Amino acid sequence: MKVRKGRFILFCLLVIAILATVAATSMDIARGITLGLDLQGGFEVLYEAKPLEKGQPINEQVLSDASKAVSQRIDVLGVTEPQISVEGQDRIRVQLAGVDDPDRAREILGTPAVLTFRAPDGETILMRGTDLAQGGSRLDYDENGRPVVSVKFKDSKKFADLTKEYLGQPVPIYLDENELSSPVIQNVISNGQAQISGNFTPEEAQELADLLNAGALPVQLDEIQSFAVDSSLGAASLQQSLVAGLYGIAIIFIFIIGYYRLPGFVAVITLITYGYLVLLTFNLLHVTLTLPGIAAFILGIGMAVDANIIMYERIKDEMRLGKSVASANKSGSRRSFLTIFDANVTTIIAAGVLFYFGTAGVRGFAVSLIVGIVVSFLAAVALSRILLGLLVRSGLFRRPGWYGVKEDEIGEL
Amino acid sequence: MNFKFDFVGKRKLFFILSATILLIGIASLLLQGLNLGVDFVSGSRVDINIGPDFDMEKGKAALEELGYDNPNIRKAGNQRELLVFRTDESLDREKVNAIRDQFQKEFGKQVAVNEQTVDPIVGRELARNALISVLIASVGIILYVTLRFEYRFAMAAVAALFHDALFVIGMFSLFQWEVDLVFVAAVLTIVGYSVNDTIVIFDRIRENFEADKPKRWEELVETVNRSLRETLVRSLNTGLTVIFAAVALLVFGGESIRFFSLALVLGLIAGIYSSIFIASQIWITWKWKSMEREKRKASTVTE
Repeated sequence: MKVRKGRFILFCLLVIAILATVAATSMDIARGITLGLDLQGGFEVLYEAKPLEKGQPINEQVLSDASKAVSQRIDVLGVTEPQISVEGQDRIRVQLAGVDDPDRAREILGTPAVLTFRAPDGETILMRGTDLAQGGSRLDYDENGRPVVSVKFKDSKKFADLTKEYLGQPVPIYLDENELSSPVIQNVISNGQAQISGNFTPEEAQELADLLNAGALPVQLDEIQSFAVDSSLGAASLQQSLVAGLYGIAIIFIFIIGYYRLPGFVAVITLITYGYLVLLTFNLLHVTLTLPGIAAFILGIGMAVDANIIMYERIKDEMRLGKSVASANKSGSRRSFLTIFDANVTTIIAAGVLFYFGTAGVRGFAVSLIVGIVVSFLAAVALSRILLGLLVRSGLFRRPGWYGVKEDEIGEL
Repeated sequence: MNFKFDFVGKRKLFFILSATILLIGIASLLLQGLNLGVDFVSGSRVDINIGPDFDMEKGKAALEELGYDNPNIRKAGNQRELLVFRTDESLDREKVNAIRDQFQKEFGKQVAVNEQTVDPIVGRELARNALISVLIASVGIILYVTLRFEYRFAMAAVAALFHDALFVIGMFSLFQWEVDLVFVAAVLTIVGYSVNDTIVIFDRIRENFEADKPKRWEELVETVNRSLRETLVRSLNTGLTVIFAAVALLVFGGESIRFFSLALVLGLIAGIYSSIFIASQIWITWKWKSMEREKRKASTVTE
C-alpha cells in the first residue's frame, strides 16, 4: 500500500477541529444546562389533588388548571423556571430549583391556600375562592390610573345578593387565616364583575390578583412528599461528582491508550466527542441534570468504551489471523457492528422501560442513559470508524504494533 | 492466547458458588429484609452540615434535648462533616426548624439542613413500579434476543440479569446498606449492563456455533470455551473501564450517591462474572439437552 499523506493530514485536521470546537464552546454549553435541585439546592413537593366538593371529578383538565394556579402561585415567589408536572391520575409535582428561601417557598406552596370572602366579623364565610371565575382576576387601572384588581364571579346572582346585604360594609378576603384585603362594598353589583381598589402599588395589585386566581383553584392539594436540598449541599454534591467524573475519565483514557495504542488514541477522541455531544443534547433538549444523571453520563462513557473495545478486539483478532492492517480494519469494524448494535438495543429497552414507569428522579436518569447510548453509538461507531479508517488508509501505520498486536501472536490461531 | 481455561468444565463449581451467594442473600432478605430509606417508608431524614469532624455526642445530646430519645444518627461526608438523622416520624416544618435552631445554638454557627419527607403511599408505589419495570424490561429483552438469536440465549441472558440484580439486592440486605430511590436506578443500570455484556459473548458463541457446527459434547464445549476465550479480553477491559468510572464515583462522588455507586460497582462485578461463568453455562447445558433430544428423535425416525 502506498503512503497517502493526504489522509493523515485530513485525520489531523479532523482531530484539531473536534478539539478546537470542544475547547471553544464546551464551557458555554455546560453553563447552559439546567441543574436539578439535588445539584443546586431547592425545594420539591408532590401534591395529591382531592376534590373540594363531593362528586367533583379529578380529571386532566382539572389537574391542568390546578397546575396553572400553582404556577401562578410560584410566580408570586419570583422563582425562575419552576418545573410543574402532572403525574399519574391525581398528582402534581413541583420542582423549584435554586430557590434562595426554601422556608418561604414551603410556606406558600406547602400550605394549600383556602381563599374565603367573609362577613365583616371576619368569621362567617360568605363565598369561597371556588366561586371566582377561573383565571378571572387581573391587575387593572381605574379612571384615575390607580392600580385595582378586577375580579369576576361565576354566579352573578349570589354575588349580587351579597353586595345587597353588605352594602357599605367591608367584606374581607382571607387566604387561610391571613387577611389579604378588606374591600368595602360600594354599590350593588349585578353582573358578577367587581373591582377591588385600595392603596395598591401595581405589584401588590398583581400579587393579589394572582392569589385570587390561585384561590379559584378547583381542587385541594395535599402535600404527600417533600424534599428540600440546601444550596450549599447541592453545590458540594456537584463539585464532588465532577471531580469523580474527571478522575474516572482520566483513568479510562490512560488505560485505553496504554492498551490499544493508536486505536486507543482514536477512542479517546471519540470519547471526548461523546461527552461533548451528550452535553450539547442535554442543553438543546433542556434535560435537567441530576446526580443519577451524572452517573448515567459516566456509565455512558463505559458503553462508548465498550463499543470501541469490541471493534478493536475484532480488528486485532483479524490481524492475528494474518490479515493486513487495512483488511483487518475493514472486516473487523464490519463484523463488530451488529454485536454493538444488539448490545445497545437491549440496554435501550431497559432504559426505555425505566423512563416509562419511573418517577421524576429515575426518569432523568433514564433520559441521560438513552441519550448516552444513542450518542455513544454515533461517536464510538461512526466517528471511530472514520478516524481509524483515515489512519489505516494513510499507510503510515502498517506495523501491527501500532494496534497493540505483538508480531508473535500473528497467525497463531 | 496461550492461556486455556476450561470454563465449561468447571461450570458446576460456578453454579454452586452463585447458588450459595444468592441463597445467603435470599435468606438475609427473608430474615432481616432491606434497610429501606425514607423513599420507601414513611418518615424523615435530616442531613445537618455542621463542619469537619464535629462532636457526635454533642449532636446526639442536641437531638435528645428536643425529645428524640436515642436518635438514629450517623456521621457522613468526605470530611465527616454531616450528621444524618433518621426518624420514622414525618417531621413538619416547625420540627425541622427547631432542629436547625437547636444545632445553631449548640454549635454556635450557621448549619445547613437538608430534609426529606415521604409518605408511605409513594414508597409502596415506587417499589411496585420498580419491580414491574424489571419484569417488563425482561420480557422486552427476551423478545428482542429471541428474535435476533434464539430463546435459549434470551432465557440464559435474563437468568444472568436476575442473578446480578438479586446478588446486589442480597448484599444490600446482608450488610443492611440503605436502599433509596436511586438504588432502583442503580439496579436497573446493572440490568442493562448485564444484558449488554452477555449479548456480546452470546453473539460470539452463535457465530462460532454456526461455523463449527458441533455435534458431540466435547465439540460443543470447545466452541463455547473458545468463544469465551476470544471475548475474554474485551469483557475484562470493558468491565474494568466501567468499574473505573463507578469506583471513581464511589470514592470521590460524595455522600449522596455513595450507595448508588456501591450498588453499581457490585453489580458490574456480578455482571462480568455472570456473563462469563453463568449465562454461557446455562445456555450450553440447555442447548446440549435439546441437541440430544433431537438426536434421539432423529435416530428413532431412521429406525
